[in-house]
Amino acid sequence: MTIPQLLVHDRRDNVGVVVVEDLAAGTDMLAVVTEDNSDFHIAARQATPIGHKIALKDLAVGDTVIKYGEDIGKVVAPIAKGEHVHTHNLKTKRW
Amino acid sequence: MNLAERKIWGYRRENGRVGVRNYVAILPLDDISNAACEAVAAHIQGTIALPHAYGRLQFGEDLELHFRTMIGTGANPNVAACIVIGIEGGWTEKVVAGIAKTGKPVAGFSIEGNGDIATVAAASRKAKEFVHWASEKVREQCPITDIWVAAKCGESDTTTGLASCPTVGNMYDKLVPLGLYGCFGETSELTGAEHLAAARAVSPEIKEKFLKTWQAYQNDVIEAHKTSDLSDSQPTKGNIAGGLTTIEEKALGNLEKIGKKIKYIDVLEPAEAPARGNGLYFMDTSSAAAECCTLQAAAGYVVHIFPTGQGNVIGNPIMPVVKVTGNPRTVRLMGEHIDVDVSGIVRREMTIDQAGDVLIDMIEKTANGRLTAAEALGHREFVMTKLYRSA
Repeated sequence: MTIPQLLVHDRRDNVGVVVVEDLAAGTDMLAVVTEDNSDFHIAARQATPIGHKIALKDLAVGDTVIKYGEDIGKVVAPIAKGEHVHTHNLKTKRW
Repeated sequence: MNLAERKIWGYRRENGRVGVRNYVAILPLDDISNAACEAVAAHIQGTIALPHAYGRLQFGEDLELHFRTMIGTGANPNVAACIVIGIEGGWTEKVVAGIAKTGKPVAGFSIEGNGDIATVAAASRKAKEFVHWASEKVREQCPITDIWVAAKCGESDTTTGLASCPTVGNMYDKLVPLGLYGCFGETSELTGAEHLAAARAVSPEIKEKFLKTWQAYQNDVIEAHKTSDLSDSQPTKGNIAGGLTTIEEKALGNLEKIGKKIKYIDVLEPAEAPARGNGLYFMDTSSAAAECCTLQAAAGYVVHIFPTGQGNVIGNPIMPVVKVTGNPRTVRLMGEHIDVDVSGIVRREMTIDQAGDVLIDMIEKTANGRLTAAEALGHREFVMTKLYRSA
């Protein structure tokens, strides 16, 4: 099996995790959903470090980011499909 | 080999518990007795001093936790025998009496009226006796499920939830039904996954106990002391560098440690020994690595499994801490700290089930005497949890 660049926990998730080092902008990533081993392709819009998240679809301010099939926080700046998702555009709903 | 028949070579103690190390511990009751304990440990080979920062003018629940941690540490089956040194005799004897209930050799010394030098001389003579006694002990074969195995993750990142924590969960799913005692904690770090954690309680009564513990932490610690949304502390800067963005995301990865099937059977106070028989336990702990490991060792756990993403270097003086990572970058940059490399999971070259088996093999080797990376590198973080200011 080809080594994937992106792993997604759950089919309901709207973000995936980069699992390779030195991912370059524009890379056509192989994404694997670990829940059922299904796969798909998605382009990375930016160079994104290993371990960081990439949006699987366009997300608007106020949307909920889903990972593990669960709520991990709210979108605070618009995010395009394939873009890096992190502290600049995602915040906790707690505390 | 059939897991139910797996054996390790351990030290069967007087109370029937199994240890995997054979320390003669020199335990200071309080901060000002550290110097005497370190002097004894420097003099008598084969002993280990456990210096720490507390033990004076504590009161109430905080003092009870102090005693529980001291007694539990001395009572841990990885400790063959124990010397306790305190400034005053009263509290020193209380700790000695608590440890003595295990049946192991223990002796107390107080400094007041004697001074450090005479105390160190007397304690050194006793420590030397204990070292000879302990070093005559021989390992014997015990079922792998006779060792108590705790877990806590640290310097987490997104690979923790993808690989290293599910590896630990797989190990627990396999060994807990066979009779293992397990333990997870990190009360604050279940925030965002508390509903899932609550659902894993064995009964409505234990679920209620868990939610009460978690809510008390939110109210008494977070809400009472926060100056922001904690986004500088939880997740940590290291977590954020590793790609984790929110506490919810961190918590969901953290909870992967308890596997898919097993339920926890009780909620423990910090450093409280499990009392409902074999099974998985939740302990109310800080999420700081050294504090959590110290509390779990004081509860009687003898091996610790520590999944890490970005590379936490934690160790414990009396309990071997086995590091597991699924982050290939961490393996590349800080491989000397890693005992079990499960980065094959993120490359889809290794399944979680295979990784769980590799971890069980490493638990067996560690129990048999293999030094962990943290032991080889001299990590002995012994950090007491303090609940509030002293009197």
